[in-house]
Amino acid sequence: MLKSKIRASAFLFNRLAMQSSFLFLLILLFLGFSQKSQAQEKSLTPENDKCLKCHTHQTFTFQNTLTKKEDKRMSNPLYILDKNHFAAGVHAKFKCTDCHSSAYSTYPHNAELKLEPLSTCLDCHGGDEKYAAYQFEKIEKEFQKSVHFQKSGESFTCSKCHNQHYYQAKSRTSSVVGEIIGFSNEMCMTCHSNNSKFQLLSDTLKPALSQIHGWLPNQELHFKNVRCIECHTQVVDSLSVSHNILPKEKALKNCVECHSKNSMLVASLYKYKNLQSRSEGGKLNTIIANKSYVIGAYQNFWLNNFSIFIFIMALAGICIHVILRIIKK
Amino acid sequence: MISENKIYFYPIWLRIWHGINAMGILILIVTGINMQFSNPKFGLVNFELAVNLHNISGILVTINYLLFFFGNILTSNKRYYRLKRKGLFKRLQLQVDYYTSGMFKNQQPPFPLSEKRKFNPMQKVSYLTVMYLFVPGLVITGLALLFPETIIENVYSVSGIFLTAILHASLGFLVSIFLIIHLYVASIGKNPLNNFKSIINGYHDIHGH
Ligand code: HEC
Ligand code: HEC
Ligand code: HEC
Ligand code: HEC
Ligand code: HEC
Ligand code: HEC
Ligand code: HEC
Ligand code: HEM
Repeated sequence: MLKSKIRASAFLFNRLAMQSSFLFLLILLFLGFSQKSQAQEKSLTPENDKCLKCHTHQTFTFQNTLTKKEDKRMSNPLYILDKNHFAAGVHAKFKCTDCHSSAYSTYPHNAELKLEPLSTCLDCHGGDEKYAAYQFEKIEKEFQKSVHFQKSGESFTCSKCHNQHYYQAKSRTSSVVGEIIGFSNEMCMTCHSNNSKFQLLSDTLKPALSQIHGWLPNQELHFKNVRCIECHTQVVDSLSVSHNILPKEKALKNCVECHSKNSMLVASLYKYKNLQSRSEGGKLNTIIANKSYVIGAYQNFWLNNFSIFIFIMALAGICIHVILRIIKK
Repeated sequence: MISENKIYFYPIWLRIWHGINAMGILILIVTGINMQFSNPKFGLVNFELAVNLHNISGILVTINYLLFFFGNILTSNKRYYRLKRKGLFKRLQLQVDYYTSGMFKNQQPPFPLSEKRKFNPMQKVSYLTVMYLFVPGLVITGLALLFPETIIENVYSVSGIFLTAILHASLGFLVSIFLIIHLYVASIGKNPLNNFKSIINGYHDIHGH
């Protein structure tokens, strides 16, 4: 009697222990995660906090040297940075003053600082073996052929698309097609859905994307599932992202380029190694894992052959039946 | 005067339904195949046109399906579709035997047609599955693909659109196979064209079967 009671309570205890250890594990996991994100924020160089205490907030305060009072002012919204995006970007380890003048450490910033030339991507990455895989020089050459550069010249810098604060090499690091597409199209949208940015470079009003692409059915779905550059650049096999934005007359309009078995998307969007390795089971996996289904591009070997088999069996059955009907008439 | 052998099997609403349905589904099959096997170098129909035609015919067939559905609820045509579970397999077997051997030996059909019986058991079962399983399935998945935002994004990490599209294409394939067999079986009669005349003028010659 007692024994069984002990056993029962031991059992209960065991279960409790298991449950609580499970809970404990969960908590650990949770803590682990939150610590990770804390670590991520900490990876921002502490010196940057001096700048970010103003440059991440809607308002800022500073010591007015004239009135000798603390002044609180509104920030310029365009000069507010997103700390998390910065921390996720490729240049997260930088101090602000690696790129910007160290004279910015005083406020009001010296007006002359506006004239300071900032480094371009090529200034730092050009000719550097370490980044050879990205082919910066080749990208620059391609970019210089693009309509953007042809029409706007030097004032159309790489940074217009690749914000140096936030840039991530998403097409390499992400294995989710949707994420790559979103990140990539957002770059184009910074101007093509924002008139003031557009007019920094052009005197005309920006054309409305939805009207220009009126011929494209399921437009929203397409913009979510293909990159703008898929239709607006030519695929260069030696380059993972082609940078030559073609004149609009040369943009891709032929649906079947994508909606077919040898879809061009395989050559461009899906060509990144990480995506390919994810799809070791064949194209099926890529598509399954990436929430997209392109009409015509997906053809399953077994399903195709199975349906052809059934089709032929049906025809054969009918033929035999016809022959019998004629013979036995 | 209509001869005694003729039964008015296909009322006018049913014939209208059938005509529209046959046209619509033919277009759907052709454009559907064209889309599934689209190829930059070769195609029966231009892809963009195929998509548009497929969407329009799909909507037409969907609305038309309501005619079939409510027509059968509201009129006496439904009596031909009543299926008795008991002995079904045996009855099917009899009909299969007739098609595969009996008819070549000039035997009488096991289920002669009459006022009470428009379909033999095989027809009944195939019409029921096609009209109440495959076609509604196609309509639902087709509408979902027309409004992809309604589709659940992920089913256990498998793309919802992907699953829907596969289901849609598979059902489309099954209906295509049905159509081939349907057309062929309809040609079995006293004269291969008899049944096709019936579905147009409504009268069926019972000696034909
Ligand atoms: C006391 C708040 C404050 C601090 C600290 C601060 N800034 Fe600023 N910064 C501003 C404001 C406000 C502007 C908007 C222009 C202005 O008022 O001068 C600005 C403008 C800028 C600009 C844009 C200049 C232009 O006009 O193109 C840069 C670049 C900049 N800050 C960098 C920095 C850096 C780097 C640091 C840290 C070393 C820093 N700031 C620290 C408040 C601050
Ligand atoms: C890798 C170089 C780099 C680093 C690091 C960097 N910046 Fe910048 N920053 C730039 C460039 C380039 C521009 C000019 C962008 C343009 O005009 O297209 C700029 C522009 C700015 C501007 C003007 C507003 C804007 O976005 O155009 C502010 C404010 C600014 N930076 C603040 C900071 C602060 C604060 C930090 C540190 C957290 C920082 N920057 C770190 C390169 C850098
Ligand atoms: C001031 C110099 C400088 C400028 C300007 C600059 N970068 Fe960088 N970039 C670096 C350094 C240094 C690293 C390495 C950072 C590290 O290891 O954390 C880096 C890292 C990167 C990486 C990640 C490389 C890897 O494999 O980890 C990419 C991609 C990149 N930069 C792209 C760009 C682009 C695009 C631009 C222009 C929009 C640009 N950079 C502008 C200095 C710069
Ligand atoms: C019109 C916008 C635009 C301009 C201008 C532009 N790029 Fe890009 N760049 C893109 C897009 C879009 C991608 C693809 C992003 C993705 O899919 O992740 C990209 C990708 C890249 C990549 C990553 C390639 C890889 O292999 O992962 C690098 C490096 C790069 N650009 C460098 C540059 C340089 C250097 C310049 C200036 C000479 C430049 N870009 C100008 C739009 C632009
Ligand atoms: C910095 C702003 C900016 C960004 C970012 C930008 N564009 Fe543009 N784009 C322009 C401007 C300005 C024009 C108009 C040029 C003109 O006619 O003067 C233009 C024109 C175009 C044209 C029309 C070319 C023609 O023949 O008239 C296409 C296509 C285009 N952009 C595609 C893209 C794509 C794709 C991206 C993203 C990879 C992109 N743009 C990113 C500013 C931008
Ligand atoms: C399916 C292919 C396709 C996609 C995806 C696509 N475009 Fe286009 N785009 C075209 C074609 C084709 C034209 C030329 C239309 C014409 O001339 O009638 C065009 C025209 C344009 C123009 C020129 C407008 C003008 O008349 O000056 C711009 C700008 C543009 N697209 C930007 C974008 C941006 C930004 C995206 C991403 C959100 C995008 N496109 C996605 C095919 C595409
Ligand atoms: C750059 C490649 C590309 C081009 C060009 C293109 N498409 Fe698409 N299309 C896609 C992708 C990717 C999807 C999204 C599939 C998904 O994820 O659901 C899509 C989806 C669709 C859908 C929606 C299918 C559904 O699931 O509901 C239709 C319809 C469609 N495309 C028709 C067209 C037509 C018509 C054209 C030519 C005018 C065209 N597409 C050109 C890539 C393309
Ligand atoms: C070119 C295409 C078609 C032709 C020529 C055709 C022909 C015929 C004929 C001759 C009949 C009378 C058959 C009989 O007595 O057995 C019939 C009936 C029928 N057909 Fe079709 N058909 C076609 C397409 C279709 C399609 C696509 C469907 C369904 C998806 C369909 C469903 C039916 C049904 C349900 C009946 C029975 C109608 C009733 O009496 O209730 N047909 N068809």
